[in-house]
Amino acid sequence: MAIRTLVAFLCGLVFSFGLILGGMLNPATVLGFLNLAGHWNPSLLFVLGGAVCLTFCGVRLQRHLSRPVFETTFQLPTARQIDWPLMAGSCLFGLGWGLAGFCPGPAVASLLMGHWQSLVFLLGLIGGMKAFALWKPI
Amino acid sequence: MIDWQSLTGGLLIGLACSAYLILDGRIAGISGILGRTLGGKNIWPGAALLLGLAAGPVLWRLATGAWPDMTVSAPWPLLLISGFLVGFGTRLGSGCTSGHGVLGLARLSRRSLVAVICFLGTGVITATLLPFLTGK
Repeated sequence: MAIRTLVAFLCGLVFSFGLILGGMLNPATVLGFLNLAGHWNPSLLFVLGGAVCLTFCGVRLQRHLSRPVFETTFQLPTARQIDWPLMAGSCLFGLGWGLAGFCPGPAVASLLMGHWQSLVFLLGLIGGMKAFALWKPI
Repeated sequence: MIDWQSLTGGLLIGLACSAYLILDGRIAGISGILGRTLGGKNIWPGAALLLGLAAGPVLWRLATGAWPDMTVSAPWPLLLISGFLVGFGTRLGSGCTSGHGVLGLARLSRRSLVAVICFLGTGVITATLLPFLTGK
């Protein structure tokens, strides 16, 4: 239990440093990438590209393992079908993402930085998740 | 032109996602972890990952003496609406930039590829049109 929790904390920390270094913590950088009519900033391509390439190697390694190092089984998504909740949900997420430049990782990471904007966004985020849970209790 | 700093940031995110997968056997999808933690079931080690995420800028500040750059231009009602859409949308669509965008693409999931096309597409359309609609 303890080691798994410590590993998770350290992973969150490294993830956070990655967001900071990549500029993804900053909604202005994200909007600079998403807004094609402004002064286009391609830096997010490098963040996403670097993250996907290294994780691709991680996934190759994972597939050679029968179990995780500190756990008994892997807990991986099993859904395969491309359905309307996947597409509608992702479109709603993209709409929200493009409005302010926040997505869940950077919003949580910026929580202790003292910007009231992160708190307001997170309140909305929690409200949206609670609304989903009420609408579709699973 | 290669943006080495952003690339290094991306590699660190990839390292974190790979380590969480190999060591703890789980997907570092932030919206999923947040949803499960708020739901109150089996919150560890997901909650620990969220704590590490929030601790990052604090350690960064201790090490460098300054907070990371952050500029938010959206007014509060827009932030609230944006947060609601992101919260509802990521639960309905089973993931966000980390879950679908990083891990899903790395696992060559067709589902995640469709999700990424949907949220990148609507994100680009929204962020490109919004300045025209608000006159900024």
